[in-house]
Amino acid sequence: MTNLTVKLPGLDLKNPIMPASGCFGFGKEYAQLYDLSQLGAIMIKATTVETRLGNPTPRVAETASGMLNAIGLQNPGLEKVLGEELTRLEQYEVPIIANVAGTTTEDYVEVAKAISQSPNVHALEINISCPNVKQGGITFGTDPNIARELTRAVKDVSSVPVYIKLSPNVTDIVSIAKAVEEGGADGITMINTLLGMRLDAKTGRPVIANITGGLSGPAVKPVALRMVYEVRKQTDLPIIGMGGIADIEDVIDFLSAGANAVAVGTANFVNPFVCPEIISQLPEKLHDLGYESVEELVGRSHRL
Amino acid sequence: MIKQERMVVANQQEIAHHIFELTVKGELTGEMKAPGQFVHVRVAESFEPLLRRPISVASIDYANSQFTMIYRAEGRGTTLLSEKRIGDTVDILGPLGNGFPVEQAKQKAYLIGGGIGVPPLYELAKELNEKGIETVHILGFESKQAVFYEDKFKALGDTHIATVDGSHGTQGFVTHILNELPKDFDTYYSCGPTPMLEAVQWAYPEKQGFLSYEQRMGCGIGACFACVCRTTKSEMDYIKVCSDGPVFPAGVVIA
Repeated sequence: MTNLTVKLPGLDLKNPIMPASGCFGFGKEYAQLYDLSQLGAIMIKATTVETRLGNPTPRVAETASGMLNAIGLQNPGLEKVLGEELTRLEQYEVPIIANVAGTTTEDYVEVAKAISQSPNVHALEINISCPNVKQGGITFGTDPNIARELTRAVKDVSSVPVYIKLSPNVTDIVSIAKAVEEGGADGITMINTLLGMRLDAKTGRPVIANITGGLSGPAVKPVALRMVYEVRKQTDLPIIGMGGIADIEDVIDFLSAGANAVAVGTANFVNPFVCPEIISQLPEKLHDLGYESVEELVGRSHRL
Repeated sequence: MIKQERMVVANQQEIAHHIFELTVKGELTGEMKAPGQFVHVRVAESFEPLLRRPISVASIDYANSQFTMIYRAEGRGTTLLSEKRIGDTVDILGPLGNGFPVEQAKQKAYLIGGGIGVPPLYELAKELNEKGIETVHILGFESKQAVFYEDKFKALGDTHIATVDGSHGTQGFVTHILNELPKDFDTYYSCGPTPMLEAVQWAYPEKQGFLSYEQRMGCGIGACFACVCRTTKSEMDYIKVCSDGPVFPAGVVIA
């Protein structure tokens, strides 16, 4: 019997597959399609202190094997996420990783403190890497010193382990990973989207109203995989890997490169059943590769 | 209930310039609740193109478990879809969204469509006629080449066609026809480009109306927050075209 369980700070995962933040709302829509309790965890949509309306439309555009988005962290705000969204998710046997966003350190601290006390929130994912908000977001994730200090501030107030979501839009992602480790991060999630744009071929105008957007989908997988591999070489922090994961082969790649678990993002839009499908395929795939547990496979690329 | 199914192509044909009529067969048909709902179609097994395409349903044949979509093959995705042949399968997610409330019409309804917004009005016209509601159809197209289903609509009621270039019917937009028609109806239903919906809404401020909106979509089920619109109900809220709509009562959406 293949062992799919993964133990990470705050997270006893029944399997290493979870939907990525921003691609699964607060679970309500996908709950119409399958039982969310099958999932290893759910990374819910970013929560900010106040209600955020997000960016003007069009907010998405298709690119070659990818998607650009500039949603702009639209969410109903901390109070409603606590009172409505998280309460509704209590019916499922699934740990929640709450994605925390803000424009100032005080914002992050306020959301982290409150949301980490919710009974089904088992870990936080600190979003220091959203490329689609004018203030905050990515600026916290591109300077090692700022990233370290924000990690410290959030760690001080959080009742659950803290994972920092890294941006790929940096020259040296390892230096940011090391900085958040020094700041006391319990883990890393990586990567967020790559900043990109698309123009209308007829008019030359940007297709997305925000002009630029975050690129996701299969197109970004080689970049994400390389970054997970590089960061794994330099730190023992747990890594939840993501970036273009769309099938079981992608999952094996990320685990091999050193991710302890993985998140599936844009692929949910292409195939809404992709997470349960991958979970069901995982035991046989591991068996075929000669492994009895997920944890044996993690980081195998580094042992070759 | 929303289902994902590999549906079998029962028919596919080009019915106007670059306009295709695709009929698919499968159990998902039985889940359809109202005209105006749509499906999300995966046009290729590969990841290029990546996203599904939202396509409206033009008619539902519950007895034979099949429904018909009409779409314009203009981009890579819809062009690939147009290459599907009888017996091929298509990955379809649906039915999605809320359709037109048929029960709201009393005696006479105006159905006003523009371009690729015309198809869902056909199933609506059929269902309204079955309920004994008189329907008048006002349909706008780019040119004569793009006109489809004129005879089918005529078989269900009074039908007026406008073309932008004047090559068929009245020259201009549907609003040119609306100006000439009496206001002796109780309910209007409309689907088409947003400026057209706005114009229709302005033409009949005193009437009960239902408008079907378009917006760029990611997931089609309400999870990604891509297809939002502002609403007149609250300054601090957006509605999602895919799951809250695509049909909204007139006066709700700020386009």
